[in-house]
Amino acid sequence: MEQIIKFIQTYSLLRMLLAFCCLIGIIFANAIVMGYLERKIAARIQRRWGPMEVGLQGWLQMILDGVKILSKQLIVPKDANRFLFRLAPLLCFTPVAMVFVALPISRSLYGINLNIGLIYIIAMGSINVFSILIAGWSSNNKYSLFGAMRSVAQNIAYEVPILLSLLAVVLTTSTFDLQEIVKAQSGPIWFVLYPNLFVAFVIYLIAGCAETNRAPFDLPEAESELTAGYHTEYSGFAFGLFAIAEYGNLFIMASIATIMFLGGWNGPFGFLSGPVMGAIWFLSKVFILMLTMMWVRWTYPRVRFDQLMNLAWKYLIPFSLVNLLITALVVKII
Amino acid sequence: MSGYFSEIYTGGKSLLIGLGVTFRAFIKPVVTVQYPREKIDVSPNIRGHIELIKCNDIEAKHDCRVCGMCAKNCPCNCIVVEGEKQEGVKGKVLTVFTVDFTKCSLCGLCVETCSRSALRFSNEYELAGFTREEFHFDLIKRLEEK
Ligand code: SF4
Ligand code: SF4
Repeated sequence: MEQIIKFIQTYSLLRMLLAFCCLIGIIFANAIVMGYLERKIAARIQRRWGPMEVGLQGWLQMILDGVKILSKQLIVPKDANRFLFRLAPLLCFTPVAMVFVALPISRSLYGINLNIGLIYIIAMGSINVFSILIAGWSSNNKYSLFGAMRSVAQNIAYEVPILLSLLAVVLTTSTFDLQEIVKAQSGPIWFVLYPNLFVAFVIYLIAGCAETNRAPFDLPEAESELTAGYHTEYSGFAFGLFAIAEYGNLFIMASIATIMFLGGWNGPFGFLSGPVMGAIWFLSKVFILMLTMMWVRWTYPRVRFDQLMNLAWKYLIPFSLVNLLITALVVKII
Repeated sequence: MSGYFSEIYTGGKSLLIGLGVTFRAFIKPVVTVQYPREKIDVSPNIRGHIELIKCNDIEAKHDCRVCGMCAKNCPCNCIVVEGEKQEGVKGKVLTVFTVDFTKCSLCGLCVETCSRSALRFSNEYELAGFTREEFHFDLIKRLEEK
């Protein structure tokens, strides 16, 4: 055993490989668990049972769906751009995996600690819109193209309030290092309890919902108008990658909210924030946030496109700008 | 400008109310059942195919006197009623009563016209088959099986 540990410690390449395998495992497990919970919550809100047939309470359903998806043929439409069509799902999935590397899950559990972690995560997150555009355009299908266009407009509009609201936290801590931001909240007061940062938190949640293309902002998919939007033409595992990336993005969104506003791996009042308990605190906060997003998703109907744009440009962006100004003043004075 | 803030207030309030509604639905018990294993009682007014009403105090177990009104009145021509005279029995005795359910429009005229009130709608709704002949029901046999 000791020899194995020593071996792993010596070969950093092997360590990276191991970490990467764990990471992919976490992303897949997250998609399976969240997919199952999503279906269950949707069912309970509509007062149905949801998946019940395979396994206790239907917990095997998502795994069986995954197997079904794997066994399907990957069809490329006749006039599609083959190279880009194949590339898009990978381009959607890879940034998710890359962001997971930089998330500080606890004091000592993280892939890498970058001193520009926040910028790195946001940069990676915005590749997502690129992949949706490529998927929609290369499918050579008008519905896919519509979905992709909507997605680009939506993401450009909502990236601004996200950045502005996160900038308020950066102004308060004056660092982009995620570990440092979490450490700054190790006292009894998390950033969400400051009034100005609470506003930033709410803005971040709304805009994050739109950024991950989830209902009520799921216009790129809008199944009632665009069949399935940008992934209409995808089948088999390519479609599976889009679905997994969606839940991965949800996880990332929730974990950034946790890190920036809810104290990351800190327990309440700095209670039990060791390396192991920290990870448990972090994951439970992330899960609560994700469940809230699902609750929101199954409550509201999809917004119209003009309503979507109104919300971003007329409400979220002015509010986050004013909020940023107030934060800057407060930081300067105190 | 005042409209701007009041819009945020009323909008935000109604969004929260919406969340409350779904949360209450979430904790309420489930109303659907897992169908083939659990069933809920069907409404007594459901219209399945027609059947002869069972009456135990008559020897034939039904009250049909083979007047043929139901067959004549049926707009879809899907009822066949036949009877014969038998020794020592007053009137005719029913020998054939079939309904072709593939043609029946569930209009209810047969049930309405029967002067003996010998017919009614059954409450059978789980009907599926591979051939049309499976829906040619022999109502006398059905009555005996019951
Ligand atoms: S319900 Fe109407 S169509 Fe059906 S058997 Fe009776 S009379 Fe004929
Ligand atoms: S109308 Fe009534 S009594 Fe007459 S044949 Fe039909 S079921 Fe029998």
